[in-house]
Amino acid sequence: MTLSVNQLQCSRGDICLFEGLTFELSAGQLIWLEGKNGSGKTTLLRSLCGLFLPDAGTIKWKGELTRSSEDTFYKDLFYLGHQNALKLDLNPVENLQVLSRLAGESVSEEQADEALSRFGLSGYEETPVRKLSQGQQRRVALSRLLLSKASLLILDEPFVALDAAAVELLQSVIVTQVEQGGMAILTTHQALPIPEEKLIRVSLDRYV
Amino acid sequence: MFDSFLALLKRDLLLALRRRSDIFTVLFFFIIVVSIFPLGISFEKAVLQKIAPGVVWVAALLASTLALERIFANDYADGTLEQMLLTPQPLSVLVFAKTLAHWLLTGLPLVLIAPLAGLQYHLSASTIGTLMLVLLIGTPILSMIGAIGAALTLGLRGGGILVSLLVLPLYIPVLVYGSGAIEAAMQGDVSLQPYYLLLLAFLLLALVFTPLATAASLRISVE
Repeated sequence: MTLSVNQLQCSRGDICLFEGLTFELSAGQLIWLEGKNGSGKTTLLRSLCGLFLPDAGTIKWKGELTRSSEDTFYKDLFYLGHQNALKLDLNPVENLQVLSRLAGESVSEEQADEALSRFGLSGYEETPVRKLSQGQQRRVALSRLLLSKASLLILDEPFVALDAAAVELLQSVIVTQVEQGGMAILTTHQALPIPEEKLIRVSLDRYV
Repeated sequence: MFDSFLALLKRDLLLALRRRSDIFTVLFFFIIVVSIFPLGISFEKAVLQKIAPGVVWVAALLASTLALERIFANDYADGTLEQMLLTPQPLSVLVFAKTLAHWLLTGLPLVLIAPLAGLQYHLSASTIGTLMLVLLIGTPILSMIGAIGAALTLGLRGGGILVSLLVLPLYIPVLVYGSGAIEAAMQGDVSLQPYYLLLLAFLLLALVFTPLATAASLRISVE
């Protein structure tokens, strides 16, 4: 199980964000993506997911191009971008259930309740997401991590809007997933408590 | 796959139930447009009957374009659309669920309110029946063609007006045969079957091709 990126080049408009980017991620490893604002971190993550068309280069999952085997790739992928992908008029449980259904997994109400309570949201199961704070909404979105069976996590600034306790919890969730043989790619400014040999640092700053 | 289809359909209906104003704006737009024509033209029975088919259909077209922008705009804004693109389900199936929900919320109410329009224009009971039937066949086509336009204009500024400009010309065949059927029904001695068959053919074509076209447009728009 590997994700291999070869000679990837992306640009936005006329500006080339990065070129010749090559790295490989195997089971049990985590990529910490670094770069200044505007260096193309989000663009890289979006092109890994197939939401952005790179100019050149290949992205392979389990040895096959992700573009040509979307079904198997998307079954293993969990992506959370800047947006929480929550419907403001639905309550957290309904949101989690719909999103899991879309991902092809079925989640019972109890499972959803449990995931929410681990993220400190017990008591808010019936509250429309509209009435939750920014941080709480982010917690709802992140509790999908506990329900997902995906092995590749791609997280864009997951720690934004979270308080110290939630940051710690999320770090432990990610590290556990990786230690159990999962993979993760994330952009963050927080340090992660993970052994050095499992951590790969990819920096986009040299292209600026 | 079917589970995701149902889940998405249910979600969209549930969201609409929690924000009912969205449904009623389209419905009231239709009723008002249909009602102001007699005020501006004439109350004479013969004139009203003559303009009825065209007026009802044009009002239905405009009402349907009014709601198009919303099909994908909310999902695009809150990131749900991205999640839909990243599922193992075929995107065209999910798109079809969304289009169906859109029709149930904006097209079907027009079909149900149509007798009211028919009464205002002195249409006979059998003509009203035809009116409802052609609207029932025609409005899903409008929703499906409109979904392509909505997907193409996603994220553009002023997308709402652009989508009307894009899809209204594509609505013309439905308008022609839809209002033709009503006119034929008023004459009484013309067979309606060709109209129904042609409209159903459009419906089948739309059912097969528009989900694929909409899915492709969505991928382009998100990139």
